[in-house]
Amino acid sequence: MNDDCAIDVRGMTKRFGGLTAVDRIDLQVRAGQICGFLGPNGSGKTTFIRMLCGLLRPDSGSGTCLGLDVVTQSAAIKRQVGYMTQRFSFYDDLSIAENLDFVARMYCMQNRRAAVDESIERLGLTGRRNQLAGELSGGWKQRLALAACMIHKPRLLLLDEPTAGVDPRARREFWEEIHRLAAEGLTFLIATHYMDEAERCHRLAFILSGILLVHGSPAEVIGRSGLTTWAVAGPDLAGLAGQLQGRPGIEQVVAFGTTLHVSGADAGALEQAIASFRAAPYEWHRTASGLEDVFIQLMETPNGGTPCS
Amino acid sequence: MNARYEFSFERFRAMVVKEFIQMRRDRVTLAIMIGIPLIQMIIFGFAINSDPKHLPAALLQADYGPQARSLVQAIQNSGYLNFVMKVHSEKQGRDVLARNRVQFVVTIPENFSRDFVRGDRPAILVEADATDPAATGNALGSLAGSINSALGHDLTGPLAFLARSESPVDLRIHPLYNPEAITQYNIVPGLMGVVLTMTMVMITGLAITRERERGTMENLLSMPTRPFEVLLGKIVPYILVGYVQIGLILVVSRLLFRVPMVGSLSLLLAVAIIFIVANLAMGITFSTVAQNQLQAVQMAFFFFLPSLLLSGFMFPFRGMPRWAQAIGELLPLTHFLRIVRGILLKGNGFEDVAVDLWPIVLFAALAVALGVKRYRRTLD
Ligand SMILES: Nc1ncnc2c1ncn2[C@@H]1O[C@H](COP(=O)(O)OP(=O)(O)OP(=O)(O)O)[C@@H](O)[C@H]1O
Ligand SMILES: [Mg+2]
Repeated sequence: MNDDCAIDVRGMTKRFGGLTAVDRIDLQVRAGQICGFLGPNGSGKTTFIRMLCGLLRPDSGSGTCLGLDVVTQSAAIKRQVGYMTQRFSFYDDLSIAENLDFVARMYCMQNRRAAVDESIERLGLTGRRNQLAGELSGGWKQRLALAACMIHKPRLLLLDEPTAGVDPRARREFWEEIHRLAAEGLTFLIATHYMDEAERCHRLAFILSGILLVHGSPAEVIGRSGLTTWAVAGPDLAGLAGQLQGRPGIEQVVAFGTTLHVSGADAGALEQAIASFRAAPYEWHRTASGLEDVFIQLMETPNGGTPCS
Repeated sequence: MNARYEFSFERFRAMVVKEFIQMRRDRVTLAIMIGIPLIQMIIFGFAINSDPKHLPAALLQADYGPQARSLVQAIQNSGYLNFVMKVHSEKQGRDVLARNRVQFVVTIPENFSRDFVRGDRPAILVEADATDPAATGNALGSLAGSINSALGHDLTGPLAFLARSESPVDLRIHPLYNPEAITQYNIVPGLMGVVLTMTMVMITGLAITRERERGTMENLLSMPTRPFEVLLGKIVPYILVGYVQIGLILVVSRLLFRVPMVGSLSLLLAVAIIFIVANLAMGITFSTVAQNQLQAVQMAFFFFLPSLLLSGFMFPFRGMPRWAQAIGELLPLTHFLRIVRGILLKGNGFEDVAVDLWPIVLFAALAVALGVKRYRRTLD
């Protein structure tokens, strides 16, 4: 067991009836790291995070969070972990300040009032502190929830899609804050569907059907996918896309504004497949595969794809 | 095209099918929907007896002559009174009456037989706990008849001269506590318990289910809280609500119904907290069992119904069959009604109400323990 691992779990498994929502996941995240948690809808991200903070009992598996046993010491873990739920789960009928105050009290904070005031100020909601949380817009609810789960200065943050519905500027501020806190030694596990956010993580974990498929830095994940991507520009790209789709060697054809991205895992086969289209009026050039291309490719992995660590 | 806005039988059928499936899956709701009418029919059909018989009575007998003995026999045979104990002084008689051990105390004075034979029309004193007029009315009404017909058999031979139109004994009835038999005096203080049962169980019944339904439970559980903190935190604020209700009912009882308040109000307020907590705890326990708010409300109602019908609020407790009384004894409302009526109408003190206090304490403790045990610490 690694001492500077904030999360170090092995074989985590959760079944709901006949469905295995999380299937033997091993995950290590070092202290001070930001780990992005990716996977399609229903792949088990929320379930896995809930097991880490003691909201669900794993059917099997063991390990530690912040050096505390995830199965037996969940009460102690909860005190040092901030968990932001995917769905807004603060009280609609309490004001912003009352919600934060409730949380601060729940964690028995010494300088509660100061912490609440500071949190509201950082949110930029000083003028609206008495507004009911239920009346906030979706993005503001999300920002309130984020502020609330950090109010007790946790050492590990488990954030389940924290920026869903949050505007770009607030997201940028959020990520700057995250990096600043990570530099101070806080650890983050962030479930997200945004690829630009995934790129800002130190590590990525990709799960599919409850199985951890890839774990590594963004560059490693892209590199390991072995994906080659070509970009093509020209007239009637929609027609071209229809012709390319389904040819052997071509796995993805994705429209990006004025270009089309064509990718495949086998560079040779891909080149062969596009060879007959490499003439005017089309302009082709190699481009770097993005995380999204890798993500889509991973999603196509047939069930039971070999897990890798 | 307005076809889009027309009634679609297909959509309608889809809704019906969906509702049926949901109803079938919601077993508890279904059980309660069937259970309530069943229970109502059983209770209304069998349990209600407005002509209660075999009411417990105490006997203070100072004369053991033959006429005294046949008198006691006659009262017993009437079926209305059942002598369950003997008392040896007037004070002891009042005590057992106040503590609800008996409904009547029958006093047969010294020299009863001698005076009877002489034709002096000796007095028989029947003291009745008339807190609930419905419980005692019929018994008292029938008493004179059964006494006269029983003693009539003895009036033969040398005693034949006594068989005249006037009754050979002087039956004196003392309805105590509520001498004018004003039903409100009985019902209005009882309402206090009924209202508290209804609202307190309901309020906390929604407590946990609301959290779960609104999704706030996930957040609550992710914080370092203990079940007892959560449950108690949901109970305490409503104690205040309970007291507000009590205050209102007391004021209305006094001003509108002029219910006498013989006993100590501070005693009543002091013991009320236990009853309030018992009901709040019951609600919390329902809340930990119910899947959603609707189920919680239904459970609260399920608890309220027997409380209303079997506690002695609606119908004289002693008029109910044994099994109904046994269920009634388990309910906090039954005991609280006795306490409230005892304090307000009889002027009972702490020692008198203690017998009915400990069952409520026990109930509250069990309900809290069950709630804590059932409280789920995870989302599983
Ligand atoms: N309480 C539950 N009971 C039964 N099945 C559940 C429960 N919670 C989750 N599941 C199932 O487990 C699987 C994983 O769900 P989970 O919420 O972890 O996915 P997710 O990766 O968070 O998805 P999303 O990106 O949509 O948030 C899904 O198939 C879901 O239906
Ligand atoms: Mg999720």
